[in-house]
Amino acid sequence: MAAELRRHATSVMALSVFAALLTAIICPFLGGTGMDYAKLFRQEAPDWNIFLNLRIPRTLLALLTGAALSGAGAMFQALLRDALATPSSLGVTAAASLGAVSAIALVPGDTLGFPVVWVAALCGSALVIALVSALSQARRFSSFTLLLTGIAINGICTAIILLLHSMAGITRSFQITHWLMGGIDAVEYPVLAALALAIVPASIWMLRMARIWNVISYGDTWAIGRGVDSRNITWKGFVVGTILVGTTTAVTGPIAFVGLIVPHLLRRVVGPDYRLLLPASIFGGGAFLIVCDTISRTLLAPVEVPVGVTTALLGGPFFVWLLWSR
Amino acid sequence: MSILRVEHLSYRYGQAEPVLRGVSTAVSNPEVIAIVGPNGAGKSTLLDLIAGQKTPWQGRCFVQNKQLNTLRRDELCRLVAHVPQHVPRDVPFTVEEVVLTGRIPYGVGLYESDEDHQHMEQALRRARLEAFRHRRFLSLSGGEQQRVLLAAALCQQAPVLLLDEPSAHLDPENQALLWELFAELKSSGHLIVVVTHHLALAAQNSDRIWLLDKGQLVADGAPCDALDPARLHDVFHVPFYWHTSTEGRVFLTYGR
Repeated sequence: MAAELRRHATSVMALSVFAALLTAIICPFLGGTGMDYAKLFRQEAPDWNIFLNLRIPRTLLALLTGAALSGAGAMFQALLRDALATPSSLGVTAAASLGAVSAIALVPGDTLGFPVVWVAALCGSALVIALVSALSQARRFSSFTLLLTGIAINGICTAIILLLHSMAGITRSFQITHWLMGGIDAVEYPVLAALALAIVPASIWMLRMARIWNVISYGDTWAIGRGVDSRNITWKGFVVGTILVGTTTAVTGPIAFVGLIVPHLLRRVVGPDYRLLLPASIFGGGAFLIVCDTISRTLLAPVEVPVGVTTALLGGPFFVWLLWSR
Repeated sequence: MSILRVEHLSYRYGQAEPVLRGVSTAVSNPEVIAIVGPNGAGKSTLLDLIAGQKTPWQGRCFVQNKQLNTLRRDELCRLVAHVPQHVPRDVPFTVEEVVLTGRIPYGVGLYESDEDHQHMEQALRRARLEAFRHRRFLSLSGGEQQRVLLAAALCQQAPVLLLDEPSAHLDPENQALLWELFAELKSSGHLIVVVTHHLALAAQNSDRIWLLDKGQLVADGAPCDALDPARLHDVFHVPFYWHTSTEGRVFLTYGR
């Protein structure tokens, strides 16, 4: 059985990596505006520059973001014993959004550099970690209190975002709306490298803990009785999940549905074992967001649909169909 | 050397009145011990404290002379295996996968070792679950699920096995088999501590009774001594009777 599981896990990992690589290789060649492939292969402007500086970074950003959101979603579903848990359940997305919106609304200057917004969004995520860290000292710290705290943080952050939005001038109000829609934009390679430095180690840690996520999903009593320090592992999982979601949200804005749909779809395919589900979710999430981003920028070109709209419109109905078809 | 020693163990929820008050006892040899008492007497709390599920308000627990609250969680679970009263809900795994969770205290590498699988096979055999090994846990009846949890605890290979009302969902045949399994485990060196409301079964099958009332250990001894009808009447407020059958079997009944 052990050898069989290993073989199965290797196949799932290989297939998931293949899907992610395939989409990452094909999708940059697709676009709303026609591309002169002859120029591209001769590395001539402007097609080569568009390919190298816009489409490839965008694809890599979608890969990293999709992997982080989907992996974190799968982990949170185990950690919170809640099939509907998403990366935003614990308030991280809302807090990062509040940081970004505060920067857009309150920092003086006509044009606000993106790093300021990113840093502010990261500060928002860090604040949630600090808050939950303080709460974790309390005796009542558990996945349930964590979930309720997340709901409260979501509510508070949304209220302040609405307040800032209503008080902002027309230009800043538009910027806030645009940021809140979330989207995959081309970013510079050093930003992608920084993002990868946060996401790759966090994902590896998550994968190494896969057997623990299996036991944690039974509930605290069972996990504690099998030697798992449930409180400690819940706290660590929360921090790692916050790093994954906070860093990606800082760069892309909130992107809904990926962390919910992808793990659920893949659970139907590979089963509930996190040793199979997590690698599938990480690479499958990357592939899914690359495809969604490609559809977003090609379907109504030259108008670009926010990727969050595409993820919801594409994944939502498919998800409902899947739930009711079995 | 004692297998299990409990010293002045007390527990309370927040600032409320203690639900367990100064329980002290020790066990030196492999035995089957039944914890009995009325609802709210502190039976499950005592079990949870020994299992490390709760932290004592006062007092200490030792297994093989190791103080439990100084051990890491995995070290503790190599000494004590606990089957809780409530069956975990929404477990999407197969019987084999649930039983293998008993090997977590021995390492959390990504995959279980061959040795882990050998222990799983042994536990499945002992709990008579071989035929169910590929079934989903959720597809089993309450009694079968309870046997799976017992098998996971057996897979943990701990010298002390704590079970909270393990026969609650079992039919008479499976209850009898369960107590036979306890006797078998005792003979292989295990200490079995069982919380139960089946006083008659406890009286017939256990070596020792811990009778709890209002958080205190009011009797600790062989069933015929600890389950004294007058004492049981004081604790449960119903009359109890010991009988001897024509075959010479001694059994306990109760009722007005």
